[in-house]
Amino acid sequence: MQTNTEIGYNSKIEGDVIVSRADAVLNWFRKNSLWPMPMGLACCAIELMAAGASRFDISRFGAEVMRFSPRQSDLMIVAGTVTYKMALAVRRIYHQMPDPKWVIAMGACASTGGMYRSYAVLQGVDQILPVDVYVAGCPPRPEALLDAIIKVQSKVSKEPALAALKNVA
Amino acid sequence: MSPLEQAKKLVDQFAGMFEPPVEFRGEVTLKLKEADRIADVCSAAKHRLGFDALVDLSSLDNYGEDPRFTLVYELYSYASRCHLRLKTDVNEERSELPTVTAIWRTAEWHEREIYDMMGIRFRGHPDLRRILMWEGYPYFPLRKDFPLAGKPTDLPDIAFTRPAPLEGGPFVTAPGGKNSIAREPRVRIPESHAPPFGAPARNLAEPGGMVTPAHEPLSGR
Repeated sequence: MQTNTEIGYNSKIEGDVIVSRADAVLNWFRKNSLWPMPMGLACCAIELMAAGASRFDISRFGAEVMRFSPRQSDLMIVAGTVTYKMALAVRRIYHQMPDPKWVIAMGACASTGGMYRSYAVLQGVDQILPVDVYVAGCPPRPEALLDAIIKVQSKVSKEPALAALKNVA
Repeated sequence: MSPLEQAKKLVDQFAGMFEPPVEFRGEVTLKLKEADRIADVCSAAKHRLGFDALVDLSSLDNYGEDPRFTLVYELYSYASRCHLRLKTDVNEERSELPTVTAIWRTAEWHEREIYDMMGIRFRGHPDLRRILMWEGYPYFPLRKDFPLAGKPTDLPDIAFTRPAPLEGGPFVTAPGGKNSIAREPRVRIPESHAPPFGAPARNLAEPGGMVTPAHEPLSGR
């Protein structure tokens, strides 16, 4: 008979004390509850919504709490064409997010300007924000966005969280 | 009442200020000689002739000619269901004419857009700011002497723009150059290159493998 194996911490077996590094614990908290700031600017935002809906279900990765307030989020997903006029707002919203924070440039437009080679469009959001993960596609499939979130999680889990905290203080 | 009859009424009221009406495929265009009277003409068109809707307000840049700009007012009357086009010229030195926002409120954003894109000012406009570009941007991007890629600008601590690259990248194909099928390696094999059905699989990475070389023009496409 097949039984489900319990994966992870089991207090009956391992006791009530776990030894770990504070860095690892902080990063574990952070990476499994990334709260996205959905910066939906164009058609990529539709795929972002699809990633949040039932079929693709971004909550499997702990990132379902889309906060429309930058004060409560730590992962900005720039989904769509960033015009120069909107760039002012995008940068302002990014600065309003509390540290630590990460950025996903979703799609061709947010990454490079895409097909909009014009006076009006910022040629890649990395000119104004520090981007962690770029997602290719026009627009990318929701799976691609989920993959980007996994990549952000692995990046978060390797960060020296304590040292960064000291630097902020 | 037909559009031509209404245009003639307008011409009669403002004697000597219009060029003769032009009719083309059922559309009537009236050209006003003096741009400063456009508000009076529009007011008469709305209140006496019943043109209650301003469908569109746009501008042309006749670069190299004098006067340089032409403004086009598209009017529509819901009562008589007819359409009238008013045009008027503005030269570059002046670049100014009266607003029609008091007559049709919808003109407010249209006039802001024209100011933003062409640099034509509207006297008496309640809120003449840029609408599409950021406040402080120094150029008027829909003028013919402005490059599509844009010009570099920098307002420290506020905003900047840089010229956009117009060649290269996946979305740009220059005329006469290779298209994206020839430029980029393909994994999928076109049917003309496909091995016969039932042939043993080949290693994709080997020479003569399934990947079509990027420089080889594809036949049968």
